[in-house]
Amino acid sequence: MRIERRLQQPWWLAVVVPIASLVVAFVLSAVVLLLTGHPPIRSFHRLFDAAFIAHGALSETVVSATPLAFTGLAAAVAFRMNLFNIGGEGQLYGGAITGAIVALLMAGAPSPLVIAGMVAAGAVGGALLAAIPAVLRAFFSTNEIITSLMLNYVVGLVLEYLIFDSHSYLRDTSGFQASVFPQGKSLPSEATWSSWSVHSVALPLGFLLAIGVAVVVWVLYARTRFGFEVQVIADAPRAGRYAGMRTRRKILAVMCLSGAIAGIGGASQDGDFRHQLDPRGLRQANYGYTGIVVAALARYNPLAVVPVALLLGGLQNAGFALQGVDFPNGLVGVMQGLILFCVLGGELFVRYRVRFERGPRVTKSPAPEPTP
Amino acid sequence: MNNSLVVVVLASGVLYGTPLLYAALGELLAERSGVLNLGVEGMMLVGAVMGFWAVQRLPGPSALVLAAGIGVAALAGAAMAAIHAFLVVTLRANQIVSGLALTIFAGAAGLSSYLGNDLKLTGSPARHQFQEVFPKSLQDLPVIGPMVFGQSLLVYASWVCVILVALYLTRTRTGLNVRAVGESPAAADAMGVNVAAYRYAHTLVGGAFAGVGGAAFSLSITPQWADGLTGGAGWIAIALVIFAFWRPTLCLLGAYFFGAFTALPFALQGHGVTVAPELFQTLPYVATIVALVLVSSRAARLRFGAPAALGLPYVREER
Repeated sequence: MRIERRLQQPWWLAVVVPIASLVVAFVLSAVVLLLTGHPPIRSFHRLFDAAFIAHGALSETVVSATPLAFTGLAAAVAFRMNLFNIGGEGQLYGGAITGAIVALLMAGAPSPLVIAGMVAAGAVGGALLAAIPAVLRAFFSTNEIITSLMLNYVVGLVLEYLIFDSHSYLRDTSGFQASVFPQGKSLPSEATWSSWSVHSVALPLGFLLAIGVAVVVWVLYARTRFGFEVQVIADAPRAGRYAGMRTRRKILAVMCLSGAIAGIGGASQDGDFRHQLDPRGLRQANYGYTGIVVAALARYNPLAVVPVALLLGGLQNAGFALQGVDFPNGLVGVMQGLILFCVLGGELFVRYRVRFERGPRVTKSPAPEPTP
Repeated sequence: MNNSLVVVVLASGVLYGTPLLYAALGELLAERSGVLNLGVEGMMLVGAVMGFWAVQRLPGPSALVLAAGIGVAALAGAAMAAIHAFLVVTLRANQIVSGLALTIFAGAAGLSSYLGNDLKLTGSPARHQFQEVFPKSLQDLPVIGPMVFGQSLLVYASWVCVILVALYLTRTRTGLNVRAVGESPAAADAMGVNVAAYRYAHTLVGGAFAGVGGAAFSLSITPQWADGLTGGAGWIAIALVIFAFWRPTLCLLGAYFFGAFTALPFALQGHGVTVAPELFQTLPYVATIVALVLVSSRAARLRFGAPAALGLPYVREER
């Protein structure tokens, strides 16, 4: 058996391979279920019912998908340039912190202003955090994977400190209950992001914003000089340098853009869903890490990120909804992992082709390769 | 004397540092062969749950059962690592994404939780756990008593592992080959070293170490099983490898340093000093970033830095 690089990628492979990968992932999940004595069809049926079909399920799925769309876009933007920003988690916390501060400071102002302020603050918070690994990478050539990963923990701990172990501006210190169970201050009602209902599916502002960001990022990468240069630097850094492209500036810009998107996701958590700074909730959700899965499944295509976020968000939402009933715990993580394994493995068949040859290899004239 | 702050912190630093040390040694072996595995947390959790399962279910004397538990944990960790190895070595997938996928697949909301639930392991304490091996009189020696003699067999075994790995990488032919594979797989291939086999083997052994590290939680530190038991130790182990400049002996020091920082806030509280534990616990992460920046210069990277081919798939036809 030999594996050789494809000189041309047929267009249909980019569609068929991911779908086939999904099918294989479901088959493997079924095997896991069977081995542990759960009826697969029934489990899948309940999973899909809780994710997409049951009353109100789709609205809940959109709630789970919104942060994943943001962190997925954040990862896609950076991974496109081979900048492995896995700090989406921390950048989302950062945006949640700055977003909540601005919401509390602007209490009393007209609601659209407060919301705009929160979006801007979230973007700035996330971008500033992403700037740290970006500067270290651009000027000290420090590996951004580890620095951005370490910052996730630093910001996560700071987040807990702000609410659980200090008398910070963000902590609710009024009343007896707040002193026993520390929690964030409730944000003013002006800071509640609006939401629209379409066919009884609630679409929060954050979700629409994520779709907008996806379109903007797609245009930026596919239709502008900036995007072209990013692509060149990713594929051939040397060629980029010879052509006079400013690699350092691109690193800073792309990382900050990535951080800003994740940060808006954090602000959306404050404004759309939680209405206070909620360290436990944010840290348990692992939006940043799951966002990388979303981006990889979408093959780093911003437009594909949103539907993939809906798929994974649906799985996650179903996991929450079915928790506690006789539903295998942890199945959602197993399935997400298997899907990602299969898509990663399937990638080989897009880029390479596998040839089966029998017996000893005899010297024969090679078949003429199609020229690209 | 043995209740003084420094001794308590150092002794518990050794205790909390031991799972980090095992996991970091494993990750170090994998990274030295050029495979970055970000799935340490997942491998540790699966090792923890399977090791705990073996101890709960197997009959026999305590020592044998515990040994079997460690063996099962190592096998479980290696099995998880095999998925990663297959994806990144054979299928040439992106190592970062594959490692993250492994953490999601096996981690706190994945396979480890699934197994813990399905095998009904939550809620009950371990039937056997690792105990201190030395007599009380030795443990009461000032300063070195709690640090050196107050530990379980897992700690002493980890010291042996550090020495073995250090000797392996510097004094044996296979060890040198591993480093060649990690630095320049093309050159190693030309020498006749089977790059794929080396990467598979070391990724698997790395997974086995991570599994043992996980079992150190479920059989020694908190002798029970709960979802997400390791609490991010796998990620710290990855940082630790960098912090230790890919040197096994420095891993030992680093592990106890990180372990002491976990223990310090609680020990301080016991002495009436209240500090915010969260801010304290950020210090090892900040220290790792600083250490990484310091070794990032070109000269330092050649001397102390990461294996040159870390994270890169090797394809003979495309070198």
